[in-house]
Amino acid sequence: MKTTQILLAGFGGQGVLFAGKFLAYKGLVQDMQVSWLPSYGPEMRGGTANCNVILSDTPVGSPIITTPDVLIAMNLPSLQKFMDTVAPGGTIILDSTLIQARVERTDVKVCYVPATQMAKDAGFATLANMILTGKALKESACADFAGNRETLETFIPAKKANLIDANCQALQMGYDFEG
Amino acid sequence: MAQRVLMKGNEAIAEAAIRAGCRHYFGYPITPQTEIAAYMAKKMPKIGGVFLQAESEIASINMVYGAAATGCRVMTSSSSPGISLKTEGLSYIAGSDIPAFVVNVQRGGPGLGGIQPSQSDYFQATKGGGHGDYRMIVLAPASVQEMASLTIKGFNLADKYLMTAMILADGTIGQMMEPISFEDAEIEHYEKPWALTGTEGKRPHNVVNSLYLQPDKLEIKNFERYERYKIVEENEPMWEEYMMEDAEYCVVAFGIASRVAKNAVVAARAEGIKVGLIRPITLWPFPTKALRKAADQVKSFISVELNMGQMIEDIRLATECRKPVTLCNRAGGMIPSPDQVLQSIRDAAKGE
Repeated sequence: MKTTQILLAGFGGQGVLFAGKFLAYKGLVQDMQVSWLPSYGPEMRGGTANCNVILSDTPVGSPIITTPDVLIAMNLPSLQKFMDTVAPGGTIILDSTLIQARVERTDVKVCYVPATQMAKDAGFATLANMILTGKALKESACADFAGNRETLETFIPAKKANLIDANCQALQMGYDFEG
Repeated sequence: MAQRVLMKGNEAIAEAAIRAGCRHYFGYPITPQTEIAAYMAKKMPKIGGVFLQAESEIASINMVYGAAATGCRVMTSSSSPGISLKTEGLSYIAGSDIPAFVVNVQRGGPGLGGIQPSQSDYFQATKGGGHGDYRMIVLAPASVQEMASLTIKGFNLADKYLMTAMILADGTIGQMMEPISFEDAEIEHYEKPWALTGTEGKRPHNVVNSLYLQPDKLEIKNFERYERYKIVEENEPMWEEYMMEDAEYCVVAFGIASRVAKNAVVAARAEGIKVGLIRPITLWPFPTKALRKAADQVKSFISVELNMGQMIEDIRLATECRKPVTLCNRAGGMIPSPDQVLQSIRDAAKGE
């Protein structure tokens, strides 16, 4: 029995909802039970956005995550808001280009990924979210890494299919990142 | 088994409504249910249906009233403050004994309140809202799959009993995505000899109306209506029981609260507390028999709600106060954590 609770948080526009959607679809394609719950409050209208994704091999109870196994933080306010809620033994993956702070906790694994810089250098500045998501897949093994293209094709509309290559590449970069 | 797709709860309602034969949607946007209208705006023109954004909630419910009088399947959707505006129309629809389908994806109140999830329209949905003696069938989905299945059920029940069926959901279930598979919708067909379809000179006029100035006639209408409601109360209550076989304590929760409560029940069982869950799926008719039976078995009840304690009154009525009922709640758009519910279960087990 395995259940992974993933909390993704950042500014509106950084793609946390999209990255969460990708993880949810990944679970769907792999015949898992999944839930995806976005923040839809005033905070997402120009402020912070977050989403709760649960991947499980048993039916999902509450879709609301109070103690995430994995936190993906894309800005400092999100890190500060959620880092203490991460389950002991869990993982925090943060964008170290945008967040200079260090996490003091010793009971969680912290991955400092310069995702925004890596994305910029690779020529797809908006895909830091997917680099971090690739790292999350590596660290949590919440779903099989294989089949990213197939997953993206299930929910990216045909007219945006040209973005699939870059998304796959970004996921791979995150997956391969050591640190 | 049909293919699984990921969908938001609100979209699942819209898709299911279309599959149930609804071809007329009238609404006015409000968070957190706007995806229903957006979905309808995209789909209805392609299938020969009507999507109409009215000038107000009041206009949209009266468009529902008018369209429903012709016997077609018709719906509107809104969120709490918008439903308050629609209640006059709901009363008229009830007084005219015609079927309608209405969705309330609740947000925190009263007043303009907030936009986060809530269950504080329980009283409004189950006890009336509008004026006069009337009932609505109130369905409370707890998953995206149920958003769809209860929508189809709601259209069928509305036609069967000539009354409004309401989906009482909340912002969480409306906004979240879960896998869902659409089986073939079981659409029940009922004769509608009362419908305003044009006489073609072959039959007397039908009249759809809620005005009866002679009190004796109005009284007869009310008594007839309540005979029908009695059949609904007899035949249509729906509920789910979870770990109730040997339960000594019973959590009662619907919608999103029941999802949180289920986590807490599992955690309490791990601590050795014999607790179960009854989840009302129909809030009206309330699953009175299930609660009454549980009252013979358990030591106490815990009502978990996203409001200041509304369903708790129906639990006390159903069980005739034979066992204590405590409240575990958050309000204003907040959601109780599984830990809060677990603590309430522990307190109940300690007899506090």
